[in-house]
Amino acid sequence: MRVVADTTLCQGHQLCQGEAPDVFGFDEDKDVVVVLDERPDESRRKDVATAVKYCPAFALSIEDE
Amino acid sequence: MTAAESHRLAAIPEVSTVLDDQSPEVPEIIRGTGHLPEMRVDPIGLFHRVRAECGDVGRFRLADKDVVLVSGAGANEVFFRAPDEQLDQAAAYPFMTPIFGKGVVFDASPEERQQMLKNQALRGDMMRGHARTIEAEIRRMVAGWGDEGEIDLLDFFAELTIYTTSACLIGKPFRDELDASFAQHYHELERGTDAIAYVDPYADIDSFRMRDAARGKLVALVQGIIERRKERGKVPREERDLLDVLISLDMSADHITGIFISMMFAGHHTSSGTASWAMIELLRHPDVLAEVVAELDALYADGTEVSFQALRSIPVLESALKETLRLHPPLVILMRLVREDFELLGRTIPAGTMLAASPRVSNRIEEDFPKAADFDPGRYIDPRQEDLQNRWTWIPFGAGRHRCVGNAFAMMQMKAIFSVVLRDFTFEAAQSLDSYQDDFTKMVIQLKQPCRVKYRRRAGR
Repeated sequence: MRVVADTTLCQGHQLCQGEAPDVFGFDEDKDVVVVLDERPDESRRKDVATAVKYCPAFALSIEDE
Repeated sequence: MTAAESHRLAAIPEVSTVLDDQSPEVPEIIRGTGHLPEMRVDPIGLFHRVRAECGDVGRFRLADKDVVLVSGAGANEVFFRAPDEQLDQAAAYPFMTPIFGKGVVFDASPEERQQMLKNQALRGDMMRGHARTIEAEIRRMVAGWGDEGEIDLLDFFAELTIYTTSACLIGKPFRDELDASFAQHYHELERGTDAIAYVDPYADIDSFRMRDAARGKLVALVQGIIERRKERGKVPREERDLLDVLISLDMSADHITGIFISMMFAGHHTSSGTASWAMIELLRHPDVLAEVVAELDALYADGTEVSFQALRSIPVLESALKETLRLHPPLVILMRLVREDFELLGRTIPAGTMLAASPRVSNRIEEDFPKAADFDPGRYIDPRQEDLQNRWTWIPFGAGRHRCVGNAFAMMQMKAIFSVVLRDFTFEAAQSLDSYQDDFTKMVIQLKQPCRVKYRRRAGR
């Protein structure tokens, strides 16, 4: 899977970091999400999917390759 | 609008007219205003007809403005991604200015919103405290309930959400100064959103007179609270709330009230209406209600606190809430004023036009939501996920840069409300299930009264 963040939509809620802190970080200057691990291991799918589902800005997605 | 500009819109089909704008039943002040008289009595019919007759991009007329109404994923995405310099939100809602008062900003830019989010009440790490506050407010509201009785959904949830929004966004000391009269006046303000405002927001009509009187009463209530704060003198920092901060800035009661009205506005009728409709849909679908109650009973069996669980996954309840929001989006139309000529799917929308998207129409597009009129919480379960699959048409919270910044707060509040009331009480309709209807005659849509339900305390609760 590939993790995609649309930083033009991110509102800086930072909820994704709570779900998968190894995959999602935060750019304090720009106030937007940073994808730390674009292709996380399949074992991380559940947490990443939760982050995508609960993102209040609908800014995240998983693309299956 | 100049003739040349009208000509540029000629490529976009205009919807038919079903209500003659010169008809004697149309109030004189809005005769000759195109589709305004129809939008004032049946906006849903008008917006659906635009899509049915014109497709993804159609138009109707509100007085001297053409409104281009888009729907469908492609057009919606262009609409929602546009920067504020091109599509201006504040100018599109003239009915809000007299409610907030002059000099109070309607809405912040995405950048300012982001800053507010970072610094203030809606930040993710503030949510735990809000969840506790909300749980306490719900328990306070039902504390006076007996073993059985009846409530009016609009009265109940409109009052509850005044307390939750004021406690979370302004502060508990301020909330503790409020009673049902604040909610009553606030409701009268919301009733003052007649679409006649598109011609004259200060027209001499009943609902605008009530609106202005209600705003005056709210200012008087806030003035009283300010005077008590001044008599009381300074308190330690941790006991201060936003009102203390604004008093220290020497703002007038009128201006402070306007700021509070605007802060609470987005979270009030929206949450109140959603809670009411969720209750109605659950009563209409007893199988779903039974699943939700079973889920909550299992989740809380070990004594888990509502304020903890409301911030976590409650999948069956969440799906029922999402489906309620899809079918009954609190805002049926989102509007912008075009500031610079705007490109939309190969058409140029000239400056001065209004551009709009309709959650009510997009949320029911059959291709995206099969059997769109059916209440089916199964849509949100893996792998269907019809909300995430249709990011530009599943739009009860809007989408893109202006997507409702309070949506996580709102969902948490709904989960807390139903966690408390469904565990302690059972509910049944006190009138026929078809008789629960929205009143669409104001831009702020609310349930038609009566909208009563009966409650009964569950055994052992």
